[in-house]
Amino acid sequence: MNLIDLLGFEFMQRALLAALFTGLAAPAIGTFLVQRRLSLLGDGIGHIAVTGVALGLLTGTSPTWTAIVVAILGAVMIEVIREHGHTNGDVALALLFYGGLAGGVLITGLAGQGANKLQAYLFGSITSLSDVDVWFTLALAVVILMVTLGLLPQLFTVASDPEFAKVAGLQVRFYNLLVAVLAAVTVTVAMRTVGLLLVSALMVVPVATSQQLARSFRTTLAGAMAVGGVAAVGGLLIAASFPAETTVAPGPTIVLLALAMFASTWPIGVWLRHRRHVRAPFPAVPPLAEAEHTHEMTPEEHAHVHGDDCGHPAVAHGDHVDYVHDGHRHAPHG
Amino acid sequence: MLNAAGTAVVEARDVTVAIAGRPVLRGNDLTVHEGEFVALMGANGSGKTTLVRALTGLRPLTSGSISLFGTPLAEFHEHQRIGFVPQRGTVTGGVPASVREVVASGRVTRRGLLRPPGRADRAAIDDALQVVGLADRAHDGISTLSGGQQQRVLIARALAGKPDLFFLDEPTAGVDLPNQQALADALRTLSERGATVVLVAHELGPMAPLVDRAVVMRDGRIDYDGPPLSEDAVHGHHHPTPGSHDHVPYVGSPLDSLEGGR
Repeated sequence: MNLIDLLGFEFMQRALLAALFTGLAAPAIGTFLVQRRLSLLGDGIGHIAVTGVALGLLTGTSPTWTAIVVAILGAVMIEVIREHGHTNGDVALALLFYGGLAGGVLITGLAGQGANKLQAYLFGSITSLSDVDVWFTLALAVVILMVTLGLLPQLFTVASDPEFAKVAGLQVRFYNLLVAVLAAVTVTVAMRTVGLLLVSALMVVPVATSQQLARSFRTTLAGAMAVGGVAAVGGLLIAASFPAETTVAPGPTIVLLALAMFASTWPIGVWLRHRRHVRAPFPAVPPLAEAEHTHEMTPEEHAHVHGDDCGHPAVAHGDHVDYVHDGHRHAPHG
Repeated sequence: MLNAAGTAVVEARDVTVAIAGRPVLRGNDLTVHEGEFVALMGANGSGKTTLVRALTGLRPLTSGSISLFGTPLAEFHEHQRIGFVPQRGTVTGGVPASVREVVASGRVTRRGLLRPPGRADRAAIDDALQVVGLADRAHDGISTLSGGQQQRVLIARALAGKPDLFFLDEPTAGVDLPNQQALADALRTLSERGATVVLVAHELGPMAPLVDRAVVMRDGRIDYDGPPLSEDAVHGHHHPTPGSHDHVPYVGSPLDSLEGGR
């Protein structure tokens, strides 16, 4: 069966819809993470969310909901650690990430579930989405897009200059926590598409791609959403077009397609930046030798005799030496 | 004086700030009147930047009180009346931003939440870019500008919110002379429009003619508060006195002047 037949199936249509909305929403919040140089935040939240999924499997509740709760808690904790700015903050974050991943795998074993069940969450299983899953994904993606685009001026100001934002009256802590929570929600939304371990790629790589060509923040954001959407839908279609014998996982295909798009725009970016540096030739300036010196002769009462060690700085001037003094330079004449 | 002094817009009483247990500001009183152009000066570590950060609310006080426009700082919510120009350290982030976008972010004080940009916003941004002289670079990326030009963009950002009171933290630090002159011209326009300006500076350079009042700080205390001193008055300039230079100490009578009798 070929790709066209595959597209007739409902599971495929659901998968495409989920991929499209994930591909639009993830880079939207990813742009703010890259702006604040927190590109690895999505990765960290993804690791912590593994424990959430495992708790869901252990308790028999929906792993998606437990993942959201744990991801939000983890994101808030990361944001608090970052805000307090301790010098070993990155060690604290690393401990959280390792703890999340290790705890998740361990708890999954305790739950009696095999590695296969966890693999679906670690690397995505977009083709096994139910209707409810898709509606859930769509709803979350719409919420993410509405908040990110609706609060764009405030989020941009806080991300680019927190001190200015604070003096301007913005609640900086609230906006930072909002970005962290939205990132956690995005991770959970993208969990079924590309998996928890690759979700950061969908948040960051489209932004990196868009950055190569864009000059403004809004253009970068729009471009990142476009690249994310194309990569998500394109990756899924590419994975689906392979014959059934070869298992081509959609999650990694989406990420690799996004990386290929980055690789193809990067040379264009290099060329554009090179062109900007050679932007305009220097304007013509008259040669210096034609500049005139005003040369005043003033009869001046000057008891002090300038000489080699009179204490005033001496400057060579043509055929004589000037002494700098009181904001002007002079030399004895005649 | 460019403007006649008006009501008090900044009143700081007994401002004391300790950072990590170390006293940085010790009991300072400062009143700034409407329309004044105040330069806060002093050596590194004298507390001038900390004082401005305390006045904007970025640095909490250990003791003392600050009022802006007659309202205590804790209850002050008219943030659109204040423009803050920080040092330009982190104006470039991980993602490119155009000059116009950075200036537009200064309008958050006037724009409500979830409101699209209106004509007033566009007019304010255009005006701010004109004042600092960067209207032709509006669509360039902020990272392609020189340091002095980035500082001018930050001033435009503060100006876009149309505030009455400006705080500037070392706007001319590391800025070349032509850009310093452009900055001074922009500040002159602000002052002529009636705004109050409080700026922290090491040296005034082209801004010297604009300054009404110099507040010099030393060791966390205000040492001098009055008209700015000219270079001559501060550093003095004395011709060396002619005459012989004995290497023995001069022993004089009370009738001799201090200049060695000349």
